[in-house]
Amino acid sequence: MSIAKPLPHDAAALHVNGSARYVDDIPTPNGTLHLAFGTSPVAAGTLNSMNLNAVRATEGVITVLTASDLEFDADVSPSAHDEPLLAEQTVAYVGQPTFLVIAESHIAARKAARLAQYDITEGTPIFTIEEALAANSRFEDGPRIYAKGDAKAHLVSAAQSITGSISMGGQEHFYLEGQAAFALPGENGDVLVHSSTQHPTEIQHKVAHAIGKPMHAVRVETRRMGGGFGGKESQGNALAVACAIAALKTGKPCKMRYDRDDDMIITGKRHDFRIDYNCGFDNDGLIQAIDVKHYTRCGWAQDLSLPVADRAMLHADNAYNLPNIRIESHRLKTNIQSATAYRGFGGPQGMLGMERIVDHIAQTLGVDPAIVRQKNYYASGGSLTGKMKPQTTPYGQEVTDSIVAELTDTLMSSSDYSTRRATVDEWNSNNQIIKRGIAMTPVKFGISFTLTHLNQAGALVHVYQDGSIHLNHGGTEMGQGLFQKVAQVAASRFGVPIENIKISATDTAKVPNTSATAASSGTDLNGMAVKIACDKIRDRIAAHFAELHDCNAADVSFSKGHVRVAAKSYRFSEVAQIAYQARISLSATGFYKTPDIQWDRIKGQGRPFFYFAYGAAITEVAIDTLTGENRILRTDILHDAGASINPALDIGQIEGGYVQGAGWLTTEELVWDQKGRLRTHTPSTYKIPACSDRPDIFNVDLWDGENAADTIFKSKAVGEPPFMLGVSAFFALSDAISACGPIFADLQAPATAEEVLAAIGRTQDV
Amino acid sequence: MNVSFRLNGKDVELSNISATTTLLDWLRIDQNLHGTKEGCNEGDCGACSVIVTDETSAKALNACILFLPQLDGKAIRTVEGISAPDGTPHPVQTEMINHHGSQCGFCTPGFVVSMATAHLNGDTDHDVALAGNLCRCTGYAPIIRAAKAAENAPVPAHMVETPPILRAKPKEKDLVPTDLEGFANWYEANPETTLIAGATDVGLWLTKHFSDLGQTAFLNRIPELRGISETDDEIHVGAMTTLTELLETMKTKHPSFATLIKRYGSTQVRNAATIGGNIANGSPIGDGPPALIALDATLHLRKGSTTRQMPIADYFIEYGKQDRDSGEFVTGVSIPKAVDNLHCYKLSKRFDQDISAVCGCIWIELDDDTISKVRLAYGGMAGIPKRAKHAEDMLRGKTWSEDTIRNAMDEMTKDFAPLSDMRASAKYRMQTAQNMLLRVWYERNGQTTSVHEVTP
Repeated sequence: MSIAKPLPHDAAALHVNGSARYVDDIPTPNGTLHLAFGTSPVAAGTLNSMNLNAVRATEGVITVLTASDLEFDADVSPSAHDEPLLAEQTVAYVGQPTFLVIAESHIAARKAARLAQYDITEGTPIFTIEEALAANSRFEDGPRIYAKGDAKAHLVSAAQSITGSISMGGQEHFYLEGQAAFALPGENGDVLVHSSTQHPTEIQHKVAHAIGKPMHAVRVETRRMGGGFGGKESQGNALAVACAIAALKTGKPCKMRYDRDDDMIITGKRHDFRIDYNCGFDNDGLIQAIDVKHYTRCGWAQDLSLPVADRAMLHADNAYNLPNIRIESHRLKTNIQSATAYRGFGGPQGMLGMERIVDHIAQTLGVDPAIVRQKNYYASGGSLTGKMKPQTTPYGQEVTDSIVAELTDTLMSSSDYSTRRATVDEWNSNNQIIKRGIAMTPVKFGISFTLTHLNQAGALVHVYQDGSIHLNHGGTEMGQGLFQKVAQVAASRFGVPIENIKISATDTAKVPNTSATAASSGTDLNGMAVKIACDKIRDRIAAHFAELHDCNAADVSFSKGHVRVAAKSYRFSEVAQIAYQARISLSATGFYKTPDIQWDRIKGQGRPFFYFAYGAAITEVAIDTLTGENRILRTDILHDAGASINPALDIGQIEGGYVQGAGWLTTEELVWDQKGRLRTHTPSTYKIPACSDRPDIFNVDLWDGENAADTIFKSKAVGEPPFMLGVSAFFALSDAISACGPIFADLQAPATAEEVLAAIGRTQDV
Repeated sequence: MNVSFRLNGKDVELSNISATTTLLDWLRIDQNLHGTKEGCNEGDCGACSVIVTDETSAKALNACILFLPQLDGKAIRTVEGISAPDGTPHPVQTEMINHHGSQCGFCTPGFVVSMATAHLNGDTDHDVALAGNLCRCTGYAPIIRAAKAAENAPVPAHMVETPPILRAKPKEKDLVPTDLEGFANWYEANPETTLIAGATDVGLWLTKHFSDLGQTAFLNRIPELRGISETDDEIHVGAMTTLTELLETMKTKHPSFATLIKRYGSTQVRNAATIGGNIANGSPIGDGPPALIALDATLHLRKGSTTRQMPIADYFIEYGKQDRDSGEFVTGVSIPKAVDNLHCYKLSKRFDQDISAVCGCIWIELDDDTISKVRLAYGGMAGIPKRAKHAEDMLRGKTWSEDTIRNAMDEMTKDFAPLSDMRASAKYRMQTAQNMLLRVWYERNGQTTSVHEVTP
C-alpha cells in the first residue's frame, strides 16, 4: 500500500539539484519579450494623463500599452469585475498598474516603467478603519451579522464582563517565487499560458475574456509554484492577462515576473482586522455571552474579501461552545492593496479575536488561560450518546466530530504542561530582566469552500499499455505535497509502486472547470476525483479478467504490482497489455463533489463545512523586559490530520504552518506611510521568520484517529489549520508580559519587540 | 571587461562583458543555468547562493549582488555542480530528501548550496550558516535535521577545488587595480568613479535603483587594503577586510563586537561585505561604526599620495555627508589595544539578518568603582552613528552604581532626537537606547539579561 507512507515530496530530488522547473525557468524561444507594469505613485485620484515619452524612449522598449490600447475588457478581478488590468480614469492605491511596458529584457522593462510622468488630481484617500466607517466606504451595503441566542441579555445578566479590542496586522505571503506568467501565442489567436497560479481555470477565464475569445482558445498549464499560501489564488491574473494580450499583440512569446519589491507593492496580502468585544462570563470563566465586531480593511477592490470576512465570522467561536453570540462584520474599502486570500482565509483573524477574549477572561479571573479554554470547549463527538443533541456553532452547524478536549488532554500531558507552568512561574518570581511565558491554544477549523459550488473536482487518468500510469487532476502543486498524496491514492487503487505513476502538470485542457487549490481542499477533492477515475479503469479491468477466469469481478485483486484472479497472478504491465488488446478503455475521468453541505451566507445559517480539523499547540517563550526582544523556547503540537495519507508531508505542513503563523503575530509587520505607500516592501524591511526563529525544541505529533466524515482514506485537510497553532506563541508572550505587572497588558498584534515592550509598560500603567 | 573563472569545474573565459553584470543574471539569462533562483534580488533571501572559492577559502555568496569582475580568478559552484560529476547526490542533498527539507523547492537550491559550503568547511553552526536563507514553507526544522544528518558524511572529492591561476596583471589595470599607489593616483584623477568593494550595497543601486554606476573600479585585488595586522598598540584592519574576517579576529579581542558582527547581514553578506564599505558609505544604521567609535578607532584615508587619519566618529558629519574629499578613499581602520570593556547591543525586529533599529556600543572602564573612561556610540539614533556625549559626561568620573546609570539614561534625551520609521518609533528607540545602559549594569552584576541565555 502506498497510503499512510511518509514518502518524500514528488519533486524532492529535483528541488535539491536545482532542476525543478518554475515559470521563469522554462526555456524561452528566441525573441521572447518581457513585461513590467508602471504603477500609480498616489493612493487616490483622477488620472488625467501620463507622459510616457521617456518610457518609450528607453533602450530595449518595444511598445507601451495603456488602458485605452486594450481592445477588450481586461478585468483581473476574481469576483466583482472591479479591477481593470490598467487604471482607467482613477487610481485607487499606490502600486496600482497604470501602463504596461513590453521590452526586450526584464531589466529594460522594469527600468522604463519607472520613467512615467503622471498628471493626477489627488483625491482624499481612505486608509484607516475610522476613515472608512466615517465615509461609509465598504463592500456590501452594510455589515453582515450572524447571531445565536441572546447575547445582549446575557451580557447584562452575566456575573462578570470584559470589554476590549485587538488589532492584528496583515501579512505578506512572501512566497519565495514571485508572481510569474509566460504566454505563447498560438495559431488563430489562441494562447498557451504558463502561470504560477493556484487557480488555472480562473486564469483561463480571465485571459479569454481579456482577449475576446471563448475559454477553449486558452490553455493554462501550471507544473508547480514556488509557494502560494493563497497569494496565487487571484493575484496571478494580472500577469497572465498582460502576457496573453502582449503575446497576441506582438506575435511573440511574452513573460512577466514581478521583482520582489513590485510584488509586495502591487499584490494583496492578508486582511488586517480590528476586533472589538464584550464578553460576559461566570466566576469560573464559563462564557455566557459574546458580542463581537470585526472590522477589516479590504483595500481598493473586492477580490475575495467577502468570503474571507465570512470565514473570520465562522471562526469567531474557534473551539468554544458559545450559547449567546452576536458577530458583526464590516468589510471596509480602503486605498491600499486589495487584501486577498492567505492561508486560513480570515479564520486566523476570527480565531485570534476569540482566543484574545479567553486570555482576557483568564487574566481577569487570575487563573491559567488553559483552564478557561478547556472549560469552554465544544463537547466531544465521542461523548454524544443516544438522544443528546449536539452543540451548535453560532451559524447553526452541529459539532458532532469534536476531539479537541481529548486532544488537548493528551498534549498537556505529553508536553508536561503543569510542571512547566510551575517552572515558568518560579522563574518569573526570581528573575527581573527576563520573563517567561507559556500558553496552550486550540484550533478548530472548518473544511470546505464556503461558496458551496466550488466543492467539486475532476481528474483524468490513463493507463498506458506498458502499465505506466499518467495522472492528472485539477489541483495545483505549491509545495504542499498534493501531487504526491494524490499519486499515492492512484498507486494504491491500482496496487502498483508509486514509481508507476507519472504526475503531470495541471492543465486546463485535461481537466476543465476546476476550483482553486485553496481552502485546504486539494487532497480531499482531487484525491477523491482521482480515486473515482482509477476505480473506473480498475473495474473495467476487473470485469474483463473475471470474465477470462470465470469468476466475480470482486475476486480480482490489485496489489504489489500484480493483479490476482482465481489462482493466477499477472504483472500489472501484462494486465495493461491484455486489456489493451481486448479493446478495454484504459482512460477515465473522475468527478467528485462534497456531499451534505449547504450554506446561506446572508442569514449565516447552514452547514458550510463537511467536517472540522482540530489541533492544539503549547508554546513557551522568553521576553526581555528592557527591549521587548523575545524568543520561542519550545513548542509542542498535536494535530488532527485524520488517517494521514502521508504523515511526513502532513507534519511538514504543521511545522511550516506553525512558524508562518507565529511570524504573522510577531516579527511580520506591514507599515504604510501617511501617503499610503507601503514602507515594508523588501525582505530587508519585512521580516518573515529566519532559521533561528524556529522553536529550539519543536515536538510535532499527529493525532491518532480517522476522520468521522467520509473523506479520501478517512484523512483530513491539513494545509491551513496548523497555521493557527502559531496563535499559541502570541498568547505565550501575553503570559510572559502578565508577569511584569498587575494590569492587563492589552497586547496587540503583531507583537513585535516594540509592542511587547509597550505592553510591559502597560502592565505597570506607564 | 575580460574575466575568467571556473564554473562547476570548467574554466570559463569571458571577454567584453559589462562590468556590472551580476553573476545571477549571467547564470540564468546567458547560461540558462536556472537552478540558482532569484528570490529578492537584494541579497536578503539566499535563493541565489553560490559557492565561491578563492585562494583562502570556500564561501557562500549571494549571486544577485555579485558582479562578474569580482569573480576573476575564482572557482564558482552552483547548485548544478553540487552533485558529483557522475550524478551521485551530495550528502546534504540526500539528507534534504530523507528529512523532507523541501516543500515548494524554490529556496532549496540556495539552502543546498549554503549547507554544502558549511559541510565543506566543517561548520556545524547551522543557524549561522543558514541565517541568510529564507524558507517560507518548512519552518526550517526539517532543514536543520538534514544538515545535522549530513554532518559526518565525508566531503565529496569534487567539492574540494583550487581556484584557477589568476592573471598577475588584469588587462584593465585601472578598473581592477592591483597596487595601492597606482590606484590612489588614478582615483585622484578620476574621482567620479564608483568604487566597488563587496557590492552588498552598490549591488542594490543597480538591481533596485537602476543607477548608472558610470566608471567603476573593483578594489578586491589591492593587497595593501586587505587583511588584519597587529602591532603592540593597535589592530589594523584594511578597508577591504570582510566582516567574516573581522568576526574571527574579534572573537578573542572583543567578543561582544564579534557577537554583533555575527548578526551583521548573513553569512553570505558577511563573506562579501567589507568594513571599509560599511564605514565609507556613511549609513546611520551600519553596525560597524558604533562599535568602532566605542573602541576609539582611528580611520585612515588616502588621496593620491596624501594620507590622513581621524577619530572615526569625526568622519560622520551629518546624514549623507562624510569628511571625505573628492578622490579620497578609506584605506583602513585601526583599533587601539586595550583590555576589553565593550558591550554591543543590536536591536532589530528579527534577530538574524536584519538592519538595526538601534545599535548601541558601550565602553565603560572602571578605576576601582569610579568610571574612568566612557564612550557611548549609537546607530539608528541620529542621521549618523553618534556618541551620547551628555550621557557620557554624566557617567565619567562618577561612582559605578545604578543611580549613576539612571541619571545618564535621563541625560541621553539631550543627545538624540531619533526618527520614527518602519523599523521602530522614536519613543522605542530612545527607551531601548537608554535601557542598553541599564543592561550593562545588570550584565556586570551577573544577572540573566538575554533571551538567548534561557533554555526551556
